[in-house]
Amino acid sequence: MDVTLSVRRFDPEAERPAPYFQEYQLELDDSAMLLDGLIKIREEIDGTLALRCSCRSAICGSCAMRVNGRARLACNTKIADVATADNGAVVVEPAGNMEVLKDLVTDFGPFWEKVRAVEPWLQPEGPEPEQEYLAPNEDMLHLAGVMSCIMCGACVSDCTVLAVDPNFLGPAALAKAYRFVGDPRDDADAHRLGDLNEYGGVWDCTRCMQCVEVCPKGVDPMERIMSLRDKAMEAGHTKSYGARHAEALTASVEHHGRVDEAKLPILSKGRFNVVEQLRMVPLGVRALLAGKMPPLFPKKNPGQESVRRIFEKVEKRQ
Amino acid sequence: MYDHDILVIGAGLAGMRAALAARQNGVDVALVSKVHPVRSHSNAAQGGINAALTERGDPWEDHAFDTIKGSDYLADQDAVEVMCQEAGQEIIAMEHMGVIFNRDEEGRLGTRAFGGQRQARTFFVADFTGQALLHVLYEQILKADVRTYEEWMVLSLIVEGGECCGAVGMDLKTGEVHVIRAKAVIMAAGGLGRVFEPSTNALICTGDGMALAYRVGGPLMDMEMVQYHPTTLKSNGALMSEGARGEGAYLINSEGERFMERYAPHMMELASRDVVSRAEQTEINEGRGVNECVFLDCRHLGEQVINERLSQISELARDFANLDMAREPVPVRPGMHYQMGGIKSDVDGVTPVPGLYAVGEVACVSVHGGNRLGANSLLDTLVFGRRSGQHASDRVKKRAHAPITDSAADGDLETIREMLDRDGTELFGGIRVEMGRTMNRNLAVFRDQEGMETALRELRGLADRFRRVKVADKGKIFNTNLVFTLELGFMLDCAEAIALSAIERKESRGAHYRVDIPERDDEAWLKHILVSRGPEGPEIDHLPVVITQWEPQARTY
Repeated sequence: MDVTLSVRRFDPEAERPAPYFQEYQLELDDSAMLLDGLIKIREEIDGTLALRCSCRSAICGSCAMRVNGRARLACNTKIADVATADNGAVVVEPAGNMEVLKDLVTDFGPFWEKVRAVEPWLQPEGPEPEQEYLAPNEDMLHLAGVMSCIMCGACVSDCTVLAVDPNFLGPAALAKAYRFVGDPRDDADAHRLGDLNEYGGVWDCTRCMQCVEVCPKGVDPMERIMSLRDKAMEAGHTKSYGARHAEALTASVEHHGRVDEAKLPILSKGRFNVVEQLRMVPLGVRALLAGKMPPLFPKKNPGQESVRRIFEKVEKRQ
Repeated sequence: MYDHDILVIGAGLAGMRAALAARQNGVDVALVSKVHPVRSHSNAAQGGINAALTERGDPWEDHAFDTIKGSDYLADQDAVEVMCQEAGQEIIAMEHMGVIFNRDEEGRLGTRAFGGQRQARTFFVADFTGQALLHVLYEQILKADVRTYEEWMVLSLIVEGGECCGAVGMDLKTGEVHVIRAKAVIMAAGGLGRVFEPSTNALICTGDGMALAYRVGGPLMDMEMVQYHPTTLKSNGALMSEGARGEGAYLINSEGERFMERYAPHMMELASRDVVSRAEQTEINEGRGVNECVFLDCRHLGEQVINERLSQISELARDFANLDMAREPVPVRPGMHYQMGGIKSDVDGVTPVPGLYAVGEVACVSVHGGNRLGANSLLDTLVFGRRSGQHASDRVKKRAHAPITDSAADGDLETIREMLDRDGTELFGGIRVEMGRTMNRNLAVFRDQEGMETALRELRGLADRFRRVKVADKGKIFNTNLVFTLELGFMLDCAEAIALSAIERKESRGAHYRVDIPERDDEAWLKHILVSRGPEGPEIDHLPVVITQWEPQARTY
């Protein structure tokens, strides 16, 4: 199989450091992985190409990078699956949302700082048992789904929130936080959930699903973030904008059979939060002038009763 | 120059366990690793970790005997006793730190069967036990706030007045070279798998630690004992856990026969790894393989067992062999997996070089002897990692730093300068592949005098060519080209030690099977072989094997 790898290079020691694309023509087995191609380049063609890689089995998490614009592990990406362009070219770039140090090597410093920020260690209370903690196997199997995270950073690379707000803890660190909140042996839920409820925490996720789609290990970070939101609200953290938004949206659908878009922001910010309410006035005026103001008294949804019945059923089941 | 009481080289399970124990003992300890700790190769251990829990009716002596029999009686029995006696407490300690071991119906730790053992005593987290342990130990390292020099490559050990007192390291992010001074150095840099091509090992497993110790006079022991794992994928050498056979998977040949019946009628697929690998290779050599492979058949295990307990290897089969393990048998073959030998050390990690400790795969305690049992390597890293951390921290409390300065790095700076300045003609990739292939051809499952001598001759030719390797990248920041060249130098040292030890052992034992001398010879060869670097080149020595209560017997499964 003939392929062209178009690799984004960056030499920080160049006179005027600037990224550029370099094309490499390779002849590879049909079953070759992208990593095989990159190793062939650095061993046989161009020794100056820098990348991180180690296990070749999708367990060490070293080789996350963007392939045709999406984060993937080079080691378990078959070239044949991504060489889709007419000329068989594959575009290889460093992971996103991180500073590039050289070629495909990015700075993981902020990534690890955020992991550290969630206090990622078990915090049990009371004396340790003499033998193991007793725990249901289902709980352990459930946690295994999160523990299989290899910290490759693919989710962070493609997170759309991090692209605009570097303060967000991000999907990897939050999934790690979930691993402790969901652990029956950990007794620090109260302060963990309190911290995660702050700016940069669970409510900053926009549910864009990118992290779920690019995760090479099926960790499903977004689902973990949603579980953390539920647990935070169950634990009484209902005053944040995010929590109020979730409650207002649910209540609106339950009572009107649809989202009452005019009231939603008012309820989310807090009915008596006058400062925040006033801040929204210019937005309201602009929406009005553009003819985009949602109706203040929305029409009755003919399916309203059916929607309410769905709510009753779900509540009964819980 | 940086100063620490203890410097641990390598941040896999052994290194982090050592650092944690030292930290808990109140000394200043630092880790140095050429990759971030969670990228370490301990990750790749899949199947589990052994421990005989006496209160469950599994006396540690049974585990010890299985280990010793598995080692083909080359393991030192006093060391095996320590490892097996302390196994249970180590598992419980890891569970308390947060490892999510699989449980039984009562919520207690569950076990699975593993090769070479008469009891199901392997504790596990699905089929990513190594990763589960590694990430938890890293959490503890964060909690204990241990200084970690991440992505620093160690270039040499510093020995002053006969004592190891630090290391020279290169920060890959800047290319700067620094001296790290320490009152004790714990080597925990892992194995040397990449000396062979193919290998199940990660690309970082280049024998750095063994070569570093060898270069300052540390003897390498049992280096001829190279484990070939019975179930690796042909395409890229990836490992398919022994856990699959532990859960009941079969090995079948091209005729659909469970051939292990003819080689190990009692233990079948769960005989020791050397035995199973030889059986597979015999089947393949005698024409009952398909494309140089036999088959790992998991079809009868059912999707639930595969999804809950073998999820990772099911992904590997899908990604690297294009197969659905639940529906099709997977072609597998023996592949280089583990180095039983290493830096000669004892049950506290103490080596013959004062101030230098060695633990984990880089070390040879020796608890694995001629063949390691599956799920004993994780145990080895944790038990001896902890013990070395404790021992070293006691040692350094009464000691001062050696009077060394930044000039200790001069030799390494000169080596690097020469590599970058030379007008090289050879590509390191070519030399690496040729080295790996000659090792895999001549020092694999079946060996003979002629092949081993061929390998040694070819290795010496490659060592000459290595001196002419071209380093194309002249930069300082993340010069991986330079890193690989330095690693190739380490690998060539290790490869030579393997070939020399193998030629020396004139019998068949464990993983060292010579078709020209197929019998074990306890009379002459119940002893360890050591290779050291002398003034004139490698020197060979022997040490008796420690026998406590298990006299060597014929080994059948």
